[in-house]
Amino acid sequence: MKGFIFKEFMHIFRDLRTMVILFGMPIAQVLLFGFAITNEINNADIAILDQAKDVASTEITNKLLSSGYFRLHEVIDDPNQIEASFEKGTIKEVVVFEPHFAEKLQNGEKTTIQLITDASDPNTANLINNYTAGIIRDYAMKSNPNAGRTLVNVETTMLYNPELKGVFMFVPGTITVLLMLVSAMMTSISIAREKELGTMEVLLVSPLKPSQIIIGKVLPYVVLSFINALLILVLAYTVFAMPIQGSLLLLLLQTILFIVMALSLGIFISTVSNTQQTAMLLSMFVLMLPTILLSGFIFPIENMPLPLQIFSNIMPSKWFIIIVKNIMLKGLGMGYVWKETLILIGMTALFILLSVKKFNIRLNK
Amino acid sequence: MTKADTVIVVKDLVKKFGSFVANDHLNFEVKRGEIFGFLGANGAGKTTAIKILCGLQSPTSGDIKVAGFNVYTQTNKIKQHIGYMSQKFSLYEDLTVSENFRFYGGIYGLSNKLIRERTKTLLQRLDLEHAANKVLRDIPLGWKQKLAFSVAVMHNPEVVFLDEPTGGVDPITRRQFWELIYEEANRGTTIFVTTHYMDEAEYCQRVSIMVDGRIEALDSPKKLKETYQAASMNEVFIRLARAQKNTE
Amino acid sequence: MKQQPAVVANDLTKSYKSQLALKKVSFQIENGELFGFIGPDGAGKTTLFHLLTTLLIPDTGSASVRGFDTVADYAAIRKIVGYMPGRFSLYQDLTVEENLNFFAGIFNTTIAENYHLIEDIYKQIEPFKTRRAGKLSGGMKQKLALSCALIHKPEVLFLDEPTTGVDAVSRMEFWEMLRKLKQQGITIVVSTPYMDEAALCDRVALMQNGEIMLTNTPQRIVDGFKGELLAVSSDNMFDLLHQLENIPDTAAAYRFGDRIHYVSERNIDPEIIQKALASSGQKNVVIEPITPVIEDCFIMLMKSKSKNDPN
Repeated sequence: MKGFIFKEFMHIFRDLRTMVILFGMPIAQVLLFGFAITNEINNADIAILDQAKDVASTEITNKLLSSGYFRLHEVIDDPNQIEASFEKGTIKEVVVFEPHFAEKLQNGEKTTIQLITDASDPNTANLINNYTAGIIRDYAMKSNPNAGRTLVNVETTMLYNPELKGVFMFVPGTITVLLMLVSAMMTSISIAREKELGTMEVLLVSPLKPSQIIIGKVLPYVVLSFINALLILVLAYTVFAMPIQGSLLLLLLQTILFIVMALSLGIFISTVSNTQQTAMLLSMFVLMLPTILLSGFIFPIENMPLPLQIFSNIMPSKWFIIIVKNIMLKGLGMGYVWKETLILIGMTALFILLSVKKFNIRLNK
Repeated sequence: MTKADTVIVVKDLVKKFGSFVANDHLNFEVKRGEIFGFLGANGAGKTTAIKILCGLQSPTSGDIKVAGFNVYTQTNKIKQHIGYMSQKFSLYEDLTVSENFRFYGGIYGLSNKLIRERTKTLLQRLDLEHAANKVLRDIPLGWKQKLAFSVAVMHNPEVVFLDEPTGGVDPITRRQFWELIYEEANRGTTIFVTTHYMDEAEYCQRVSIMVDGRIEALDSPKKLKETYQAASMNEVFIRLARAQKNTE
Repeated sequence: MKQQPAVVANDLTKSYKSQLALKKVSFQIENGELFGFIGPDGAGKTTLFHLLTTLLIPDTGSASVRGFDTVADYAAIRKIVGYMPGRFSLYQDLTVEENLNFFAGIFNTTIAENYHLIEDIYKQIEPFKTRRAGKLSGGMKQKLALSCALIHKPEVLFLDEPTTGVDAVSRMEFWEMLRKLKQQGITIVVSTPYMDEAALCDRVALMQNGEIMLTNTPQRIVDGFKGELLAVSSDNMFDLLHQLENIPDTAAAYRFGDRIHYVSERNIDPEIIQKALASSGQKNVVIEPITPVIEDCFIMLMKSKSKNDPN
């Protein structure tokens, strides 16, 4: 058994291609997704609806426009124009000052500045909103060091995509796709390779049990996939400041569960394919594409036609993405993801059962 | 174009892979219509030499001409004028016999009319006209081997390279295959053949034996047996190849 | 307890889809025998080996290895046999030593434990033990594969076409190794398309088209050759073959090395052949009776088979 696992590691370490897929790919993907999302804003077009037109509102407007982040596109007079202004598609944000802004501030009354942002590009919307709010707070602090912070209330409204879906979504999605790729595709290919080379014949005509062969083939990939998942998390955390709100332990345990699920799926694929090529194609079309398209990674499930919505339920990745999102982004505990966890455990058990059953103790001819 | 009498000319062929010398100053000529046996132990450098002669690999140095063409600069011309068949070279299993002929004829730019004519003559020769429309996977192994040979000579090449053409073939089919080789040679095609069956070495007009990258012996089987005082080519071969193994 | 024969097969039949690969094959291999299945590609040798090594289940008939049934007791058989498939079945990306260690490991043994068994063979490749198997020459790969099949001290060793595509010298060395192994008491079952290797086995089965045509010792097979075998040579070998075929009552005429082997339906006087050839213009005709070899027997068996069987 030990020898088997050693041999499997050797296969992986000595094949440059495998190594690149295993470790180059996660890094490349995370960075790619990460940088496709802009981190800086430059001359974003905004509109101002100044119902106060006093010293304070003008000063804030000047501060905003001189920061270099924003460019004044339009001055609006009527709140009813806001919608129309957004619809032209140029402006990203409207800053709304309420009447008597400076007066209230002077009198120590609470006052509100409303920021309305186009959130169809959620990441940019978030950034613009944060920058604007920062500048406003900065002004409030300086004008009234004691109470400024509490006096100016920045009210944020996100238009078109109020829940900011998409932000940080790439991390759960990437983890899922990569674990699927590494675990399922790589194991199915490596088992098919033994069949192709004829070494499987020798393994079969040995006292090894099918379960031993399977575990021997799979264990190295569990370890490597897990390292991979950690790598992605560390990258997401350090490079993109992705928060992990919930329990890290729970997240890692769930990750292992998903890896085992993907591996058993990989073994199942290998039992029905005799060549590396078939294994590769099967993994591609049966696993990768649906994982990317139907799991909610790229296209929100609730926007899909009903048949696809129903179909997405048999995608293991859908459930894993929900789990990861709940733990990482919402900080929820086991109590909120038990249903999804059970579904994954069920799927894992099913695939293991199927592959042990299908894993032939003889040649399938 | 007048056809020269010497089809393959090899002078001082050297092929190195890094510091490893696969072919060490090979020298030989093969005449038109000759059946030339190219023997050697595994790893003696046969495959490398054949690849060079077929224009698939260029030599490190040496003067080599195949069918009058230079192996450095005219590899495309060479490929037009040679045929190639190996044990691994198989016809398309899911095409019929005549579809295979049409495909390979097309590769060599034969006209449709010519392809039809050649297919007919070649099948007549094999006595396999009845099989023309059979899918290849349904016909016996021995036939396939003969068909593969016919396909290799379909474009009337000046020289045909046969790399272990009879491996794993039954003794009767093996002999029928050699009859085909003889007939083809009588029509003026040069045959360049490798084999592990030593009795087949006796069927060649001249035989070269490669040992360790060099040609250790080159002569007619009869002369070789005299020189090495051996009863069969098998003995000659073993004596030569063994001598090298013992000095390794 | 009386020891079970090494291998027994009763009416083994196996077909793939519509193709019949093996037709009612029966034989018995005794313990300690070096037994050869001789036949061309497509004779059914590999299918037979897959059946005997429990990799396939026969359609009908049964087989056993050391008394264990290949279907019911497959697990027991897998513990006591060594198997070397026809294709090169080692891990190309592992070194010589890693391969050997791995195969020792899966049989729960170590190289040290059975080193005496493989010593003769392994010594020759040991200088290259840190080289990857994919980089070995053909002969060395074959030695490594044999070492790997032997490392767990199998009782019965199955070698499927171990010498195919290997040069004459390496083949000879390989058979020398097999003879040495036989002395250690291991039963060896080997298949080969090379007829000349039959003489090196204790007993052989000649196979063609999924059937065993004949099973016996090489000597008895040769003794059983029907008719007298003549070797004929002349100055013009190419025409000689056709001229011989045209002599009445010719049973067979075929090239064999530098001569033509000739068999007649009746006991023909060499003088008659001599005369017939002379009248066709042949010079320096030499005719002599010779002892047939296995290949002659195989050819004659094939010919009589195809005569009896219109297909």
